[in-house]
Amino acid sequence: MITVEDLCKSYGETAVLRDVVLSLPRGGLTGIIGPNGAGKSTLLSIIGRMMKADSGRVLLEGLDLARAHGAEVARRLAVLRQDNHLAARLTVRDLVAFGRYPHSRGRPTEADATHTARAIAYLGLEPFADRFLDELSGGQRQRAFIAMVLCQDTDYILLDEPLNNLDIRHAVGIMTLIGKAARELGKTVVVVLHDINMASACCDRIVAMKDGRILRHGPPETVMQADFLEEVYETPIEVHRLSGRLVAVY
Amino acid sequence: MIARRMVALGLAALLAAVLFMTLGARGNWDFVLPFRGRKLAGLAMVAVAIALATVIFQTVTRNRILTPAIMGFDSLFVLVQTGLVFLFGSARLSALDPRLSFAVETLLLCGFAGLLYRWLFGASQRGLHLLLLVGIVFGTLFRSSAGLMQRLIDPDEFLVLQDRLFASFNAVDQDLLGFSALILLAVSIALWRMLPLLDVLALGRDAAIGLGVDHDRTVAIVLGLMTVLVAVSTALVGPVGFFGLMVANLAYLLLPTTRHAVLLPAAALIALVALIGGQTILERVFDYDTALAVVIEFLGGLFFILLVVRGKSR
Repeated sequence: MITVEDLCKSYGETAVLRDVVLSLPRGGLTGIIGPNGAGKSTLLSIIGRMMKADSGRVLLEGLDLARAHGAEVARRLAVLRQDNHLAARLTVRDLVAFGRYPHSRGRPTEADATHTARAIAYLGLEPFADRFLDELSGGQRQRAFIAMVLCQDTDYILLDEPLNNLDIRHAVGIMTLIGKAARELGKTVVVVLHDINMASACCDRIVAMKDGRILRHGPPETVMQADFLEEVYETPIEVHRLSGRLVAVY
Repeated sequence: MIARRMVALGLAALLAAVLFMTLGARGNWDFVLPFRGRKLAGLAMVAVAIALATVIFQTVTRNRILTPAIMGFDSLFVLVQTGLVFLFGSARLSALDPRLSFAVETLLLCGFAGLLYRWLFGASQRGLHLLLLVGIVFGTLFRSSAGLMQRLIDPDEFLVLQDRLFASFNAVDQDLLGFSALILLAVSIALWRMLPLLDVLALGRDAAIGLGVDHDRTVAIVLGLMTVLVAVSTALVGPVGFFGLMVANLAYLLLPTTRHAVLLPAAALIALVALIGGQTILERVFDYDTALAVVIEFLGGLFFILLVVRGKSR
């Protein structure tokens, strides 16, 4: 369980997070949605320890993330940020193997190699395993990064807009994979999404944010309501039920 | 492939060293070997120090065309030297124990890096680019202040100073050899223990934190080690601008890997081949007609332009 307590963060005069309180139970796939500048990525960055909060704290099963030992946290929580530009020329296998670092501390064992191979297979990356990252398409590269995060073998996974710049086929593919990982492997996955229909279709819970606050948190039905979404996005939105799913039309 | 190339580099370095020791030797071996040996040791230490410093600096900054020189390190060295001559005069300085002045210079360099680093990282979490920018500004400031003092001092003093400031591989500072060797050994051991950590740092700040590395602290340690390495090489031969850039990038080119367990020794070996081999050729083939520093700066400069033009800045 991830507990966020009274988190505040501002850049200069601009408050990005205002007293955010959130508790995410174990298991399942949670989507964070909201307009640009709502504070979604900032929230994820603070939970992922890439940024420090001005006040408040984040607990992972009672462990204060800001004070805990980095390696200890990295064995329980994996984070994938939005922009993964790598200067280093790495093969897919090298990249995925980095996920074992919190466990192996740079001295990989047989078990680490098995984990790496399994993560590569899970994302269907075997044909590209020995290719360099800059020789892959955007979708393949994104899958490689997700494989690295899975390879870290943590109970909790945070993903910041993993569908950015992907076409429909790859976006659906990756979202399905993430959902599968959450259900099959029993992980708790939190993912920032721009596409509310994707969130509605794939997530078990949705957190809706705006102006640094959490407006609503619950199963898709509680968030996918026309008047509420209009308030969040300040755009006329209709919500329809199509083949069993709630779909927003805008 | 990597193993084969490493062996080849090792053999090339060994060959360069053997040629340096034996080629064109006349007279008493009892004199030639210790005499050349000291010089060889000095060159080797400079080569290794510059190579290691550049590679770890580029890893931490995730950039392949910036070198420690851009942080204003060589300029600070110039400023310290100029300031000492300006304040005390060259005669009194020559009387000083070189180990003492080396220790003072190293401390000044480390202090400067530490201050700059703490100040900037305290203020900003994404400090590295700001740090580099400030480094460039400080570099210019140091260079200009040194330039001002150089214009004010006695022309004779200026000549002495110029002699100290130009990189010279012929006149490796002999008194500092043992001292530098110890420091270099200590830094190398520290780096060797950090090898996997350096690999993770190369992935960038976010990924490193995600993998449980205390990024800011580790970067501070790496930059500290780099400062000591720069101090060793500048104290031995003076500032050498483009040499590090050249050997680091040759290492990346020859060995397409990101593992520092390969990259660091490879860059060091390339530096050894270039420096010792180059010095051998200049001394024995061209009879000291040109200065190696000039040749290296010329080739390094060309290399730098090539890198910029080919857009390999990342």
